[in-house]
Amino acid sequence: MLKRTPLFEAHRQWGARLVEFGGWEMPIQYTGILDEHKTVRSAAGVFDISHMGEVFVRGSAAEEFLNLVLTNDLRKLAVGQGQYTLLCNRSGGVIDDLFAYRTGPLDFLLIINASRADVDVAWLTARLLEFPGRDEVQMTHASDRLAAVAVQGPKVLDFIDTVFPGPCVLEDSLAPRPSDLKRNRISVFSFGGTPVWFARTGYTGEDGFEIVAPNAVITAIWDRLLLVGAPHGLKPCGLGARDTLRTEMCFPLYGHELTEETTPVEAGLEVFVGWEKADFMGKSTLVAQRSEGTKRRLIAFRMATAGSPPLREHYRVLADGGDGTPLGETTSGTMSPSLGVGIGLAYVPVAYAEPGRSLMIEVRGRRYPAEVVKKPLYRRPVAAVPPKPV
Amino acid sequence: MSNVPRDLRYAKSHEWVRLSEGLAVIGISDHAQHELTDVVFVELPAVGRKVRAGEACAVVESVKTASDIYAPISGEVVEVNTALPGNPGWVNTAPYGDGWFFKVRPSAPAEAESLLMSAEQYQTQVG
Repeated sequence: MLKRTPLFEAHRQWGARLVEFGGWEMPIQYTGILDEHKTVRSAAGVFDISHMGEVFVRGSAAEEFLNLVLTNDLRKLAVGQGQYTLLCNRSGGVIDDLFAYRTGPLDFLLIINASRADVDVAWLTARLLEFPGRDEVQMTHASDRLAAVAVQGPKVLDFIDTVFPGPCVLEDSLAPRPSDLKRNRISVFSFGGTPVWFARTGYTGEDGFEIVAPNAVITAIWDRLLLVGAPHGLKPCGLGARDTLRTEMCFPLYGHELTEETTPVEAGLEVFVGWEKADFMGKSTLVAQRSEGTKRRLIAFRMATAGSPPLREHYRVLADGGDGTPLGETTSGTMSPSLGVGIGLAYVPVAYAEPGRSLMIEVRGRRYPAEVVKKPLYRRPVAAVPPKPV
Repeated sequence: MSNVPRDLRYAKSHEWVRLSEGLAVIGISDHAQHELTDVVFVELPAVGRKVRAGEACAVVESVKTASDIYAPISGEVVEVNTALPGNPGWVNTAPYGDGWFFKVRPSAPAEAESLLMSAEQYQTQVG
């Protein structure tokens, strides 16, 4: 039986097409993936991300514990700041990728993937039992009582403060309004008296917010956002557009670019590893890979010719020319709505990984030329300087 | 409800056939294009290819998925819609018009009756 988010009825009312994702029945699209993608790039879209998991970790040893199990360094975070980080096993394989926020001096919030929530919590629970300071750490899995939406796009700032006019109640990261929050910061705002978490983050490459709220108020937030945002072009968007948007940005998706058999170094995520930390899970493997190099590396590529088929995962990647040596396979792929060409991500041997390199992608037995490109595949156009008010 | 023109014949796999001047013009139904969502790529068979009814001979891809298109009737491919690969969105906007795929000279014209459905029957299938 698939799980449903508290927004399930709202999706039906908005005419969503529903699909299974990570054990959940989720909207893949409303009006269409291309339309929703372009809406997020040019105006604003709201996504149900209630399937994502939330874990609170508190206590005087919480930072020490989390710094042992997560790759990034939580000591860098002031209250109200967040960071992308990875949960690795002992050999450096990725159990999950997540966002960790410091919500208080001794308080942390982890936002984890739906498909990995149970695995993550079981792993964290087992590691906590081994942790000497376990009595000073309280961990709470709150996914069942919290829901979330992401509101993303260049027009979000035009209406977000109207929807959440309430004051910030997290006194250490004073942001009087949502629009005052800086990138990767989290704060609490009031929605009709209910405190909701508000982070300036996203998975689309556009400016925007992710809002975590109790199940009981999420539909009211969704409705209010759409009511106030609609004149600014806001539309509900599904997981289809979420996937094309993140693929253009080369953001990894767990189960595709990241698995327990891939490491953060292979995936090009070294910047999210706290190399100065005394110890953390998987450190010896990752340090060795960093100094000696890895056999393969995650690349982004685009098809060299317009009119090539869209890319998908599990397509074969081959060397260009010569014997067409098989190099690996794609982990994600799509037709980029912004670029109008097939794009994808793949693991290939490091000798083939530098930008500019030619590759061949095999689609239904035919080979099409592609080129390795620098990440991200899509860059937001530089905004024109707004005219000064007269 | 999707558009099911009365003058066409339909395959279970959602292709339509228009019989005209000894040729079978083939495309996919309005219902099929709606289910596929935004079509972004079309691959057509080679002219001269002999196809059998039920054989996969073209591909249509939306952003999300790739689907085979099956020959609804046996025969030789005599013409393809060469403008379609450059305008795959026509499959969505004009599934019975500019979005046609290819034309077959039927080798067993009786198949149009024996294998394919009337508009009424197809309408019942797609609901």
